Amino acid sequence: MSVLVDKSTRLCVAGVTGKEGSFHTLNNRRYGTNVVGGVTPGKGGQDVEGIPVFNSWAEAMAAAQPNTAMIFVPPRFAADAILEAAAAGVALVIAITEGIPAHDELRVYNTLKRDRAGGNPIRLVGPNCPGILSPGKANVGIIPASFFKEGNVGVVSRSGTLTYQIGNEIARAGFGCSSIVGIGGDPVPGSSFVDILELFQADPETELIVLSGEIGGSAEEEAAQYIAEHVTKPVVAYIAGFTAPAGKQMGHAGAIVSGSSGTAAAKAQALEERGVRVGRTPTEVAELAVQILRG
Amino acid sequence: MDLLEYQGKQLFARHGLAVSAGKMVDTVDDAVAAAAEVGYPVVVKAQVLIGGRGKAGGVKLADDEAQVREHAGNILGMDIRGHTVRKLWVEHASDIASEYYASVLLDRQAKQPLVMFSTEGGVDIEEVAEKTPEKLVRHHVDALQGLSREEAVQIATRGGADADVVEGVADALGALYEVWMQEDATLAEINPLIVTPERQVKALDAKVSLDGNALYRHPDNQGLSDAENEDPIERRAKEQGVQYVALDGDIGILGNGAGLVMSTLDVVAQAGGKPANFLDAGGGSDAAKIKQAVELILSNERVRAVLFNIFGGITRCDEVAKGLIAAFEELKPSVPFVVRLDGTNDVEGRELLAQAALPNVHPAATMNEAAEKVVALAKEES
Repeated sequence: MSVLVDKSTRLCVAGVTGKEGSFHTLNNRRYGTNVVGGVTPGKGGQDVEGIPVFNSWAEAMAAAQPNTAMIFVPPRFAADAILEAAAAGVALVIAITEGIPAHDELRVYNTLKRDRAGGNPIRLVGPNCPGILSPGKANVGIIPASFFKEGNVGVVSRSGTLTYQIGNEIARAGFGCSSIVGIGGDPVPGSSFVDILELFQADPETELIVLSGEIGGSAEEEAAQYIAEHVTKPVVAYIAGFTAPAGKQMGHAGAIVSGSSGTAAAKAQALEERGVRVGRTPTEVAELAVQILRG
Repeated sequence: MDLLEYQGKQLFARHGLAVSAGKMVDTVDDAVAAAAEVGYPVVVKAQVLIGGRGKAGGVKLADDEAQVREHAGNILGMDIRGHTVRKLWVEHASDIASEYYASVLLDRQAKQPLVMFSTEGGVDIEEVAEKTPEKLVRHHVDALQGLSREEAVQIATRGGADADVVEGVADALGALYEVWMQEDATLAEINPLIVTPERQVKALDAKVSLDGNALYRHPDNQGLSDAENEDPIERRAKEQGVQYVALDGDIGILGNGAGLVMSTLDVVAQAGGKPANFLDAGGGSDAAKIKQAVELILSNERVRAVLFNIFGGITRCDEVAKGLIAAFEELKPSVPFVVRLDGTNDVEGRELLAQAALPNVHPAATMNEAAEKVVALAKEES
């Protein structure tokens, strides 16, 4: 097992005809992901190395029945692409696009929330995330699959390269991952740590969870609370940004310490108080994970 | 992107929020002319992106030309916690009956807009929130519906606004929400929101942060940055599309991916070093971009050693190596470099570096080893 993407994934990609979009879509297909189509308005009827292109998500849905959407369009078109895919009934939308306006993310989040309450359960992962990889099954996004092996560690992270660093160290120690989920570094992510922790807790293949957080917001504190109440599997965490100065945005739109809230120290403390072991370096996180896996 | 007070007030005025007549000036003579235009008494206010201006002596009342001359002369060029005052806002002084507080912000936890209002304005609002939380009304707004007139009136009433200005406060809250929404702000704050003896509700200060990702929708707002007070290297980085944040140490840092770079800063600090910068070269950087990034790092004269920490995903390590070699050819740096390359095409990248045999470039196998090496080298150089 794994979470969110696997052999049953039927992927359709918004922005499949773009340079980045086509490169990564073909990479995902090469890995074994079932890519059933792409959407680019005005380019319906074309194909990208055999992948059929549709004008709209409704068309794509009727012709190819995708259950997963990947969003690769430029930021100013991304919110509408996400909502269009969701309205067409695609159950999982994974948004890679970086730089979407915060107000657009807020509108998308609350629209999907309203629709969920209305009985249309669409899940959004991202935006500004590297995607989801379930080693040996499917890869949706830009995570370099060669650094990960199949196994029992579930990884959830706000940052891409940091995840590769940790996952690769675990792989070198001989262990693999059930799924690697990047939730992204933006202020209003579609899925939070809590949403993904819930999936890993329910996934029989996942034995241990690695949570990689960073400064800004309160998602790590909320995760700590959720872990204390609902997660019985061991969790090892990492927080980046101990030395980040207040008021400076550290690359990610969401990574900013404002006042006394959102600091790495506060997040690490919240997690440790609830029994989560927090590594001080990515290497230490991998070592802690390996220790637990070896029993 | 944080706005200066006068820029925020201009946005407020555009959305119908009352502000005092005022002018932005950058010389003493212009301050005097502005004072005559807006009418005495006036307040001369330093325009810097930092709190505590009043305490630092950057806000002064002036009753006549001599006083404007004196205060403007003192405030221009003043250093307020690292920010040099280059602009002044001269506005007609207001009579104040009450000082309230109002703000609209993006609440990341609730994932909704949050409107806050208090009659305890003019002081540090975090202190109010901590000591007398009952005096701060916090109201979440449905992001899809927006703030209704009824909600605004309720907020004003619940917050304890004087009965005769509830309507006026509700107007101000409505206008402030409109600023937040229509200008793509992440924060719009008024402290204090004053009530005058004539019972007019007015914004006496403005703190607005705009979302840089949404500036394409607001051509009018694109020039609103405090460019003179930006770190010059940060400004150049922005022009080159590189994420650079100046820090106060002596070890230059380059990595790919915001999380990995933040982590690199931490690991260097744990090894006893002090990073000089945060630099995220981004995903898929080619040799030319890497060369530019090296140039940025070395333009900071405090840098005594540089650490490259790359875990290639879409970034290829051979491209990073090529960029570093090109940078050495052109810039001939005098400080040592420690280079850790892992991930996509790492073997090729390391081979390129070995062949080039660049002077004073030290390979490292892991992130921790790289951090220790660079800290040791920086100490030798100092």
